Amino acid sequence: MSTLRVEGVTVRFGEVTAVDDVSLIVEPGVTGLIGPNGAGKTTLFDVISGLRRPTAGRVLLDDEDITGRGPHQRSRLGVARTFQRLEVFGSLTVWENVVVALESRRRPAKLAQELLARVGIAEFAGNQADTVPTGAARLLELARALATDPRLLLLDEPSSGLDRAETDAFGELLRQLSAEGRSVVLVEHDMDLVMGYCDHVHVLNLGRLLVSGTPDAVRAHEGVREAYLG
Amino acid sequence: MTALLAYTIFGLVTGGAYAVVAGGLVLTYSTSKVFNVGHGAIGMVMAFLYWELAENRGLPQWLALLLVAGVCAPLFGLVVERFVMRRLAGAPVGITLVAGVGLLVGLIGVAQVVWPPQARPVRPFLDQLGVHVGQSFVSGHDLVTLACAVLVAGGLYVLLNRTRTGLAMRACVDAPELAALYGTRPTRLSALSWAIGSALAALGGILLTPVVQLDYVTMTLLVITAYTAALVGRLRSLPWTFAGALGLGLVQSYAVAYLPSSPFWISFRAAIPALLLFVVLLAMPQSPLRIGGVRGSRGVAVPTALTTGVSAGLFAGVVVVLALLVDPVVAGQLALALVFGIVLLSMVLLTGYGGVVSLGQFTFVGVGAVTVARLGGPSPVTLLIGAGVAAAVGALIALTALRVSGLYLALATLGFAQLMDKLVLQSPVAFGVRGSLQVPRLVESATAQLLLAAAVFVVVGVGVLAVRRGRLGRRMIAVKDSPAACATLGLNVRWIRVWVFSLSAAIAGLAGGLFAQLRETVAASDFQLFNNLPLLLFAVIAGVTSVSGALLGGVLLMLLPVLQSGFPAFAGVAVVLLGVAAAGLARDPNGLVSWGFRVWSWRRA
Repeated sequence: MSTLRVEGVTVRFGEVTAVDDVSLIVEPGVTGLIGPNGAGKTTLFDVISGLRRPTAGRVLLDDEDITGRGPHQRSRLGVARTFQRLEVFGSLTVWENVVVALESRRRPAKLAQELLARVGIAEFAGNQADTVPTGAARLLELARALATDPRLLLLDEPSSGLDRAETDAFGELLRQLSAEGRSVVLVEHDMDLVMGYCDHVHVLNLGRLLVSGTPDAVRAHEGVREAYLG
Repeated sequence: MTALLAYTIFGLVTGGAYAVVAGGLVLTYSTSKVFNVGHGAIGMVMAFLYWELAENRGLPQWLALLLVAGVCAPLFGLVVERFVMRRLAGAPVGITLVAGVGLLVGLIGVAQVVWPPQARPVRPFLDQLGVHVGQSFVSGHDLVTLACAVLVAGGLYVLLNRTRTGLAMRACVDAPELAALYGTRPTRLSALSWAIGSALAALGGILLTPVVQLDYVTMTLLVITAYTAALVGRLRSLPWTFAGALGLGLVQSYAVAYLPSSPFWISFRAAIPALLLFVVLLAMPQSPLRIGGVRGSRGVAVPTALTTGVSAGLFAGVVVVLALLVDPVVAGQLALALVFGIVLLSMVLLTGYGGVVSLGQFTFVGVGAVTVARLGGPSPVTLLIGAGVAAAVGALIALTALRVSGLYLALATLGFAQLMDKLVLQSPVAFGVRGSLQVPRLVESATAQLLLAAAVFVVVGVGVLAVRRGRLGRRMIAVKDSPAACATLGLNVRWIRVWVFSLSAAIAGLAGGLFAQLRETVAASDFQLFNNLPLLLFAVIAGVTSVSGALLGGVLLMLLPVLQSGFPAFAGVAVVLLGVAAAGLARDPNGLVSWGFRVWSWRRA
C-alpha cells in the first residue's frame, strides 16, 4: 500500500507556468486527476514519473523523497505509467513490448501472454505494435506497465479509443488493480468512468489544484463546473 | 606583444569567416530542422566556381563574387531544398543526416569531375590595400572578411527581428502548422532560408580560400568548426554562434602561435577543430529523453532461427563454389567485400537496430587493424584482442557522449573519428603520420582468404540475428522507438547505448584485423574520417536493417574503387551517383535489399 505525496510542485516553460505550486496526496485505491485541456495533468505525470524535473517542489513515495531520481530508478521503486500520446515500441510485436518490460524487472517472459489476456488484447500478441488500433495500443501500454509489477500506476487517458463495453471491462480491471493493493492515478475525460470508479478526485485548472474530494463532493463544487463550462 | 596582436587579428578574421558559414547553418537549421552536414561542401563547390570565374575566366573579382554568392549559391540552395530536404521534413535525425552526407559526398564528386586536381591559387580581395594596426599589418582581404562578418551579422539580425518574413521564420520553428494558419507559407520560408544559407556557405568558403587552399576535402571538413560555432549557439542563437565562431578563430590562431612545434603538437593543431567540437558537445546540457515524435520504423522481417540456419548454409555453399571457380584476383576482391560486409554488420546493430548514426565506424576498424599489426600479426587470439580493444574504445566514446543523443551524438562520433585519426592512428604508437604497417597473412592464398572472410561473416551475421531475436535486440529497438517509455519501465537507456556501442565497435574491430592481414599493408589513411561517409551511404543504400543488406553493401563498397580504376571517367560520376542515391533513398533505411524481400513475400502470398 503506497502513498504518493506531491509537495509544492511548479513547472515553468519559459514564461508559461504549466504547473503552479500543486500539492496533493494519493492514497491507495483509485484516484482521479481531472481538469480541462492544458490544466497540467500530463506535465504532473511527467514530474511524478521522473521524465521532467520540476522547477520547484518535491515528490515523495512512502515518505521517501524521489525528486532527484531518474525515471528508471523510480520504475524500480514501483512507479509505472502510460502515455497520453502513445509510446508503444512500434517496430516490436505486441508480445515483445510486454517482454521488454518483464525482462527489465527480471520477471519470466512467459507472463506476457497472461498480461495481454488480462487487459483483453491477447489476440494482437503477434502483431507489430504500430499496426494495432488505438484502443488496443492503450491497453498494451497498460499491460506493459503492469509487467513491472508497480505499486503506483499512472494512467494517462487510458479509455480514449475504447467503446462502451471495453470501457466497462476496463473499469472492472481498475477495481481489481486497486484490490491488489496498487495505487492507481487516472487522468481521464470520461466522467462516467471517473465518477463511477474513483475513490478520490483531484481537479486541476490552469496549473493549479482547484479542489480535492470524493467524486460527489467534486461534482457539487461550483468552481469545477465553471472550469469545464466557463 | 606585437605577435599577440597579429595573432589576435588573424584569429578574429578567420573567426569572422567561420561566423559567416555558421550563421548560414543556424539559419537553415532553425527554419527547416534539417542539420545540413553538407553545408561545408556547398561552400567548397562554390569556392571552386568562384575560382573558375575569377581566376580561370578572368572576370572581375567583385562580379565573380556577386555571381557565385548572390546567384548560383542561392539557386543551388533552392534546388536542394525543393528536391531533397523538403521531403525530409519531420523525418528522424538519422535520415536527415544521411541525406546531408549524401549531398556532401555528391558535391565532392561533382567538384572532382568538373575541376580535376591541380594547384588553384586564388587572389585575395583588395590585395593592394591594407592598414597598419600598431606594428601589425591587416590586409585588404582581412578587412573584407571582417566587413562581411559584420554585414552578415547585422543583416541576419534585421531579417529575423525587424521584418515580417523573419518573424514568420521564427514562428515556423516553433509551430509550422500554426504559422500556416496565419497566412505564412512554411515551404517558402524554408526555401528562402536554404537560399540564404547556401549564399552564406559560399561567401564564407570564398573568404577562406586564400587561407586554406582550394581542396575538396579540406574545405568540406572546414565546416567542423562551423558546426562547433553553431553548437555554441545551441543551433538557435545567432549572437552566440557568432561569438563562438570568433572564439574558435582565436583559439586556433593562438594554438598555431604558441604551441610547441614537435610532431605531436603539429597533429594536435590539426585536431583542434574536432577537439573543440567534442568539448562543446560535452558541455551541452543533458538532453531530456524524447517524448513523442518518431514512430516505429518498420524494419524488415526478422528471420527465424531455422531460416537463418538455412540461409547461412546456402551462403556457405555459394562461397565454396565461387572459391573453386574464380581466379585469385577475384577471390581476393570477394574476400575484401566480405570484410566490408562485416564492418556493415556492425552498423546493422548500431544504426539499423539501435537507431544511432555513427560517423566514425571506420575508426574502430582502424583500432582493430592497429592492434593486430602491433601484436605481431594475425592469429585467432590477436583478432579477438583487436575486437576487444575496439570495444573498449567504443565504450569510451559512448561513455563520454552519455549525455547527448540524436544529432549531437552523431556529431560527437564525427569529432571523435577526427580526433582518433589525428591523435592516435597517425601517432608513432599506431601508424605514424605517413607511415604504414606490414601485417603477415593468417592464411596465404586468396581462396583461403575468401573462405576465412566468409566463415567470419557467417558467424557474425548469425550472431547479429541472434542478438536481434534476443533480449538485447528487443531492448535496443525499444530504446530507438521510445526512450521515454523504456526509462519508465526501469531500463537505463544510456547504459544500453554503451553496450550497443561496444558490441558494434567490437565487430568493426574484428573486421579491422581481417582487413589488415588481407591487405598486408595498412596505413592511417585507410581509416581517416572521410572514409566513414561512403560507408554510411552504402549501408543505407543497400539496407542497414538486415544482414543481406550488409552483404550487398560490402560488395558495392568493394566494387566502387574497382570500377573507378577500370573506368577513370566514371570515378567522379560514381561518387555523384552515390550521393544522389543516398539523398534519395534516405527515407527508407531498409534499402535496396528490402525490395528483394518484398518481391519474395509477394510471390509467396
